[in-house]
Amino acid sequence: MSTMTSTPPSKHVPLNHRAPGSSFRRFKDRSATVVLTAAMVIAMIPLVLIVFEVTRRGIGVVNLDFITQTEPPPRREGGGYAAGFFGTLYIMALAVVMSIPFGIATAVYIVEYGPNRMTSAIRFFTDVMTGIPSIFVGLFVYGLLVIGWGGMGFGTFVGAVAIAVMMLPIVTRSAEEMLRLVPNEMRNASYGLGARKWQTIVHTVLPAAAPGLTTGSMLAIARGIGETAPLLLTAFGSGLVVTAFQGSAQGAVPIQLYRGAAQPFEAGVDRAWGAALCLFVLVLAFTVVARWIGSKASTGSH
Amino acid sequence: MSTEAPEAPAPEEPRRGTLRSSKGRMADPLFKWAVTACGTIVLVLLALMVLRTTSEAWPVFAKEGFFGFLFGDEWTSGGSRSEITGTYGAWPFIYGTLVTSTIAIVIALPLAIMVAFYLTHLAPRRLAKPLSYTVELLAAVPSVIFGLWGLHWFLPNVLRPFFELLEGVLGWFFLFEGPVRGVGYLAAGIVLAIMILPIMTAIIREVIVVHPIDQRMAAYALGSTRWEVLRHVVLPASFSGIVAAAMLGLGRALGETIAVLMLIGGSQAWGASLFGTGSSMASHIAATFGEASPEARTALMAIGVALFLVTMIVNILARVIVWRLGRMTGDAAV
Repeated sequence: MSTMTSTPPSKHVPLNHRAPGSSFRRFKDRSATVVLTAAMVIAMIPLVLIVFEVTRRGIGVVNLDFITQTEPPPRREGGGYAAGFFGTLYIMALAVVMSIPFGIATAVYIVEYGPNRMTSAIRFFTDVMTGIPSIFVGLFVYGLLVIGWGGMGFGTFVGAVAIAVMMLPIVTRSAEEMLRLVPNEMRNASYGLGARKWQTIVHTVLPAAAPGLTTGSMLAIARGIGETAPLLLTAFGSGLVVTAFQGSAQGAVPIQLYRGAAQPFEAGVDRAWGAALCLFVLVLAFTVVARWIGSKASTGSH
Repeated sequence: MSTEAPEAPAPEEPRRGTLRSSKGRMADPLFKWAVTACGTIVLVLLALMVLRTTSEAWPVFAKEGFFGFLFGDEWTSGGSRSEITGTYGAWPFIYGTLVTSTIAIVIALPLAIMVAFYLTHLAPRRLAKPLSYTVELLAAVPSVIFGLWGLHWFLPNVLRPFFELLEGVLGWFFLFEGPVRGVGYLAAGIVLAIMILPIMTAIIREVIVVHPIDQRMAAYALGSTRWEVLRHVVLPASFSGIVAAAMLGLGRALGETIAVLMLIGGSQAWGASLFGTGSSMASHIAATFGEASPEARTALMAIGVALFLVTMIVNILARVIVWRLGRMTGDAAV
């Protein structure tokens, strides 16, 4: 360090001179930019095409009849997915009741009573559960409830159980993240006022995390609405409106969509496009609103 | 979090002293008990899943043998109610799953990395946010919509002409042997790639975003071009995230049912040509389950168990890799 002088080292090249080989490096940089931009465009094309095509083919099909009438034989035009919409609504309502409270309670246990061996095991296996193929969940519920345990048969309830199993890990993971964001000062303040632990959790922690919990739950619902495979094995599908809680096969929009798209009749395929548009709008609406609530909450608290 | 004012210590549960009234004294233990019970549901569910499906599928494994079941390539279902009379070899379906998932990952992974790079480093500031938002929204689109679009628009308008061209030019190569039917391994694999691209991009993007800016700035200060920074600074640092994204995408591709079912052709044959039709494990279960005899359902359950095993191995491997790489490079892994 003692040899430091104010004159530049002998091989110094001023910044406005180009180093040898720089033109090739610039060329590489330019072509990388072009390639990356092209990749972005290539990736977006199919996604844009899907949105465009679903809207174009679906918009003419969806009307009030589409939601209120049941489906005629695939060859005939008209009619709608009333059975599917009713079934999806029924199944989702049950699945929400079964998955969201348990998911949030699990997250409360992990965050408020952890970390210990039990909570890290639960965290790990929740992660593992998000990766389980949906068809396997269908097989499991089929084996457990449809033929096992007294043989409940196909129906609304078993379908809802399958969807709830799919939703549970999603709810738990997002709720856990949200509960961790609640600052410890709030918990301490609550204890300082003499609250018990359960009072602190119920009256302080959960309300503080409420927007985040809503976001996670809505994202889970958005995921559940579109699930097809587990329902094929549990709710089984139906073309008529079924109000039975359990015991007779129940319909759902994704099942009807799949069956409509798989047969070769133009009218049935058209209805499938209509259903695709409805599902698409529903899922997007849930996702967008969920994100909006989440972002509003996070900007409001900071 | 770490830059904020000194954080409050983690709250200890207040000690029960004489000041505390004994009223509602049981509420806390009860609450804890209830929440713990909910927490164990996950463990109970997973245990039930493994036990129930394995015991249900046991007769098939017992008759064919575990490896005989995995590698046997004949699937003839019998119609018995109580015993196993058919021959059950799942290899054609395992092969279909492997081939379609490989195609999907080979196409989607490089694209996902490039798109994530574009979104984080190249996109004009005004475009970057809406674009990444769109990508995340598309990850939520149900797979049945991809199947419908793939079967009724993408296949006849894009894939079929492309396949015919490919067959004409490379038909001498065993992977691209004709005849081109449209539906088949390649069609299912390409649509799978489109499906897993958004989720993989979203994960890789998250990992790149948290990469500390000073490393990049230091590289720029040394005179690196943008490409050199991406290639030599950002890419190595986000490697574990990329592995995690690949594994997660692979997990999705392995278990994906409906879109594959609509595009793979649904035959029980298997062959080297990518234009050939076949079935994946998941698609075969979904396609034949409705009309299957009790005996055949047992065999389908066995496929489910095999599928579960494969996806579990992939998932746990992903977690271990991420954990180890994360410890080595100290980056924020997913």
